[in-house]
Amino acid sequence: MKSFKDIYKNSENKIAGIAAAPGIVIGQVYLFAKEKLEISKAPITDVAEAIENFQEALRQSKKELNKIFGIAREKMDEVRAAIFEAQVMILDDPILIQNIESRIAKEMIQPEFIVADEISKYQELMIISHESYMKERAHDIEDIKHRIIRNLQKKRWQSKIETNLIVVSEALTPADTLLFSRRETLAFVTDHGGLTSHAAIISRSLNIPAVVGTHNATQLIKEGDTIIVDGFHGYIITNPTDEQLHFFTEKQKKLQEIQKGLEEFRDQPAVTLDGKEIKLEANVDVTGEIDVVITSNANGIGLYRSEQILNELGVFPEEDEQAIIYSKLASRMYPKFVTIRAFDIGGDKFRISEYKEPNPFLGLRGVRFLLENETLFRTQIRAVLKASENKNVRLMIPMISTLDEVWRCLDIIHECKSDLKREKIKFDNHIKVGIMIEVPSAAVMAKEYAEEVDFLSIGTNDLIQYMMAVDRGNDLVSNLYQEFSPVVVRTIEHIVKAAKHSKIPVSICGEMAADTLAIPLLVGLGLDSLNDVSKYNFIRKKS
Amino acid sequence: MIEITVKIVNKAGLHTRPAATIVKLAAKYKCEFFIYRDGLSINGKSIIGVMTLAAEMGSEIKLTFDGADEQQACDEIVAYFERGFDEL
Repeated sequence: MKSFKDIYKNSENKIAGIAAAPGIVIGQVYLFAKEKLEISKAPITDVAEAIENFQEALRQSKKELNKIFGIAREKMDEVRAAIFEAQVMILDDPILIQNIESRIAKEMIQPEFIVADEISKYQELMIISHESYMKERAHDIEDIKHRIIRNLQKKRWQSKIETNLIVVSEALTPADTLLFSRRETLAFVTDHGGLTSHAAIISRSLNIPAVVGTHNATQLIKEGDTIIVDGFHGYIITNPTDEQLHFFTEKQKKLQEIQKGLEEFRDQPAVTLDGKEIKLEANVDVTGEIDVVITSNANGIGLYRSEQILNELGVFPEEDEQAIIYSKLASRMYPKFVTIRAFDIGGDKFRISEYKEPNPFLGLRGVRFLLENETLFRTQIRAVLKASENKNVRLMIPMISTLDEVWRCLDIIHECKSDLKREKIKFDNHIKVGIMIEVPSAAVMAKEYAEEVDFLSIGTNDLIQYMMAVDRGNDLVSNLYQEFSPVVVRTIEHIVKAAKHSKIPVSICGEMAADTLAIPLLVGLGLDSLNDVSKYNFIRKKS
Repeated sequence: MIEITVKIVNKAGLHTRPAATIVKLAAKYKCEFFIYRDGLSINGKSIIGVMTLAAEMGSEIKLTFDGADEQQACDEIVAYFERGFDEL
């Protein structure tokens, strides 16, 4: 039988990208484009009819939006879904509707032109603002504007999407990804984005194969084409030959067999032949992913990225609001544990307009930002402590690069605990506090750090990026990002030894933990737990 | 007509949630309600209008109320600003 290498070597019809989520899919293409609307400025004769059409478009838009927010409420929690309320309210805005209707009557031109013109005025006001969240708002409103116009033109492309298709797009927002996942999308292919783009992360956690960063897939692939997506190697095959179809169909069958054989392992502990139990934990990005965690029987959440709350809310939530979110998470996972990572702001994760840095990856991010903004840090620590009452919550500090940062964090946590005691608020006084090892300076000094904290977590994505001086999101150099480079393996081994020396647990999070090939190596190096969510949990238990 | 200047006192400023609440409060009254900021006048009964306002903590904005029930509308909306949009 031919190997993948043979198949790809002789294929003229392949498109190379970055393998973002594993799996092999053969299917038909749905080309998803944020279509450019053609807006007619033609005159009208019947004003009453035009206004009736406008109102009907509003009704239809409201119906669609309510449906999407239903999904958001299911996948996120109530507090966050409430943000969408304002968007629905726009469709009922009396001033906006009145202005549009009176302009239709006065100017006697197509309502779609007037809708576009009126709403764009507000967007311009938002775009000129200095606040970054105002630009997000302008973007949200773009969605509403398009929706009304599309309904005026009686185009229903959203509901036209059929299930079981491969979505090919220039880029995908997390919301797009979430919506498509509900339509049983087979796979995602995008022009832009790297492994750590949020769309890539979400498709991985929802078990949908994806190839990203192809540069020009949307130009090379046509709607309705049959293509092969190889999420293991990062290739797409267009107009496959019989030989290629045969090869990949066989591979799919084989994978299914492995999958079926592994299902039975789900409820068994992950133990290697020499008796070592490996804890499989989950990374959680969207609250909706918890369902995936629970059904996959993970041992707990090894990494909850708390900054996602900021991405969704656009503001720093107050202490009580945070405490509610964390407590909900902790009680849903109980008795399994949840590791909440303090806001990792900066780098590619979340930018704040006041801090325009020339090189955010080497700037004020992670713990550096938290210590600069101590009030905010304290608010979060207090909220995490409040959620720890049932003793299944752990706190983790990101981006540690000096020992002094560790001490300062521990001091602040200690002070927060004393305050809560004085206030007679219940919490876990022995809450485990750990740090991320993702900066080379911390990796080198891992032994000293391990003596100060309760656990270590190796963040392979950043650690490898910083060690190799390569931005994995940059398609031009991402091939230098090599998980199996001896320098990476030796560094991980060094960190694991440091943790063992202090008898504290060490886990790994990042894509490497989900890599079927990397797992035997990581286990061999002595890792206690692997963090990620995917069906490959099963495969991991076997290896 | 009542004219009054209020200060934004909550940390997050006039973000989307308080914007929605202000519009909902204003809808209960018949009087006209305008918000003035940076030389712009925004109708306080329009959510899309209020959403164009970026008002961070510490900034001051002018409100006007005009109509039969202006006093009640003013009292309720100003109180909501003073409570820091219930986020203090």
